[in-house]
Amino acid sequence: MLLTPPTSSHATQVQEFALDNGLKVLLLEDHKSPVVTFQVWYRVGSRNEKDGKSGLSHFLEHMMFKGTKTVQPEEYSRIIAKNGGRSNAFTTSDVTVYYATMSRDKIGIEIELEADRMVNALLGETYFEPEKKVIQEERRLRTEDKPVSALGEVAGAVAYMVHPYRRPVIGWMEDIQNLTRQDLVDHYKLYYAPNNAFIIMTGDFSAAEMLPKIKAAFGNIPRGSEPPKVRAEELPQKGERRVILKKEAELPFALMYYHTPNLKSPDNYALDVLSVVLAGGRSSRLYHDLVYQKRLARSVGADYNGLSIDPSVFSVTAQLMPGKDPAEIERRIDYLLEPLKSDLISDRELQKAKNQIESAFVYGQDSIFGQAMKIGYYEAVGDWRLMDGYLDGIRKVTRQDIQRVAQEYLDRDRRTVGVLIPSKEMAP
Amino acid sequence: MKKFSLGLFPTLSICLLTLPATASMIPERSVLENGMILLTSEQRALPMVSIELLIDAGSRYDAPNQEGLANLTARLLTYGTERRTALQISDTLDFIGASLSAGCGEDLATASMTVLKKDLGTGLELLAEVLTESNFPQEEIDRQKQSIIASIKAREESPGDIAQRRFAATLYPQSPYGRPVEGNEGSVKGLEQKSLSAFYERYYRPNRTIVSVVGDISHQEIARALNEAFRSWHKGEPIAIPVPPSKIGSSETIRVNKDLTQANIVLGHEGVGRESPDYYAIQVMNYILGGGGFSSRAMNAIRNERGLAYSVYSYFSADKGRGTFELIMQTKNETALEAIRIANTEIRRMREQPVTEQELADAKDYLTGSFPLRFDTNRRVANFLAQVEYFQLGLDYPERYPDLIRKVTREDVQRIAQKYLKPEKLITVIVANQKKIGDS
Repeated sequence: MLLTPPTSSHATQVQEFALDNGLKVLLLEDHKSPVVTFQVWYRVGSRNEKDGKSGLSHFLEHMMFKGTKTVQPEEYSRIIAKNGGRSNAFTTSDVTVYYATMSRDKIGIEIELEADRMVNALLGETYFEPEKKVIQEERRLRTEDKPVSALGEVAGAVAYMVHPYRRPVIGWMEDIQNLTRQDLVDHYKLYYAPNNAFIIMTGDFSAAEMLPKIKAAFGNIPRGSEPPKVRAEELPQKGERRVILKKEAELPFALMYYHTPNLKSPDNYALDVLSVVLAGGRSSRLYHDLVYQKRLARSVGADYNGLSIDPSVFSVTAQLMPGKDPAEIERRIDYLLEPLKSDLISDRELQKAKNQIESAFVYGQDSIFGQAMKIGYYEAVGDWRLMDGYLDGIRKVTRQDIQRVAQEYLDRDRRTVGVLIPSKEMAP
Repeated sequence: MKKFSLGLFPTLSICLLTLPATASMIPERSVLENGMILLTSEQRALPMVSIELLIDAGSRYDAPNQEGLANLTARLLTYGTERRTALQISDTLDFIGASLSAGCGEDLATASMTVLKKDLGTGLELLAEVLTESNFPQEEIDRQKQSIIASIKAREESPGDIAQRRFAATLYPQSPYGRPVEGNEGSVKGLEQKSLSAFYERYYRPNRTIVSVVGDISHQEIARALNEAFRSWHKGEPIAIPVPPSKIGSSETIRVNKDLTQANIVLGHEGVGRESPDYYAIQVMNYILGGGGFSSRAMNAIRNERGLAYSVYSYFSADKGRGTFELIMQTKNETALEAIRIANTEIRRMREQPVTEQELADAKDYLTGSFPLRFDTNRRVANFLAQVEYFQLGLDYPERYPDLIRKVTREDVQRIAQKYLKPEKLITVIVANQKKIGDS
């Protein structure tokens, strides 16, 4: 049995502080490698956008690199690089995150630059139109010319009717085209404030040394007004939805999105284990049957996304082998899901899935960046302390729990099925 | 949805950066009883062990009409041994939450394992089995062939991959380096069990293998465990190393028509081998040209000033005895020729004018200062140590590296640009909707 804790959960060593302006600071010292990651998480993403304005959060993220009152456009990245650091930013449905990883003696530079652009970003007019083009190129690269991503986008738009998760993070092409600089300025003023953000720092530093630096840099930034709450709630789905995308591609692809609760539900642990039973490793149920035995699929996946602010989906995906029929794989997946609802899995199968989750938890601590990301996602959803209970929650999952969540959530009436059908048309 | 993502450095070649982290890496080296070379770094923070093997068994050894043999051999390593079926192997790995994967490149086959310390015994037993007792069951061969043929098809979905393959095929005509490691549908179908067994017997040998181990174990402990686990693995006969490709394709523009919104572009030509003394000056020069992310000239001219692309970067990849230079970008069909023109201008400008003192200093500061970032996980340290051994850089390489970079001068950069950037030799590949591109 693996279930003696292989290592203490690092979450317990996170130190939390709050500045007077509402900025939360989460510090985790980890001295195994001489590097530090510093991240600013803003509680805004495509989830906070309105119809017609999709892609706004992501567009703003790009424009945050276009200078402040004291830093030239694109200078931020150069300053970090010449100090031996790496920096970047990303936007999701729920958050917008800026970060740099560098040595401990240089990380103070990043702290000051992030504090500066929290309030002083210029979002300069000159750079707006060229950056719009860059983002449209990004969309072409990531979605338009990537058949599987394009399928995910249309399926998301069908799985949700009300909730903003139906819109792509990067935005629809027409929406990107129609965004104005004023939209960005308004978004920035509304959401970029210390009380709507938190800081995560992990790696080789001492909290006693860094906390004063963080306070000095961010402490004087005034609190902003409370950003509006997102109240959209997806209606319960009654009946399966289907979507087909025909596009130039080589292999068909099938996906199923089942509505599930997020990690605030106690079922989140069983859903995690269920995803591993289905597709964790070559001996998992779906992989073994669809890829290995029946050779219907080239690859399969099962993914439970509990780390989202609002309820998200449990996805089952498969890229088909050449010449295989999407309808056949769909039937086969349904056939394979059935016994999870009608029977209990074996003790050994349950243990195997738990062991995989526990070892992945240990491996995940090898990267200070990965640790910062994990803390951040938990904090964005609710509270980083939820991490503490994670392994315990996994250990407590029973065979009956697996059966119960399979029955409750892998329900055909609450799923969206998406199929990519390759259409081999030559370019005109 | 990253603002910016690129591999600053290609995965196959070694592109090392600088120092201070050496102290925490503490590499050790020894030669095991069977000739395998062992590199280690003891890292006690987490109860896990990462293992990386490089085996001199890449696709360059594929005979004509047997293209894909090395790759199929590597892919089948974890699909059946004298003692275990494919399912028994995967079930054992999954039960202990370990990962074991094998892959193949032109020069080397690789195997990687990550395992909890407490399961290291089981992990090593499996690792030794797949490297010494694989038995290539016919049924598994058939499965993997199907799967590889499907990957060959799937690759056609990725315009960037298509552009890369066409570039390699043009640069290295009639060479193992010019064809896909996977082979082609016809050659893969024809591969037979006896060829696989023969390839495995000949090339999978301890004296052709570097093993790098990083994690919760000392050098002595792991050396003992490996000697024990691999005691039945014996040295093979010396085998001549195939000569690097001598015939290099000439400047050419290749267009591939596909129903795309964006042109995927590769510009490139021959580069230089890792052993070249100019390697370090080349890294500095390329950082300024297109390797340095937002600090690079190509990014500035193509993305920042004109909004033509999301991602633009260049690199010199360097392997033993050969290398390539490539500049890669994507832009909407309509602006492909404009972007290519600008990239060419920037390449020429590197040759014609010296870089500024500021550019030089920034490049050196990044390359030396970002060194610790290259080693921030056990897996990365394991990769690094294996590469240091493969390229015979010496365990003191991290100490020497900063000076190798710092001594590069502006004159060196210009000399290097003139020597290694060859605008007249550029191969240009454009995968796009050609009708929307127009003629150059």
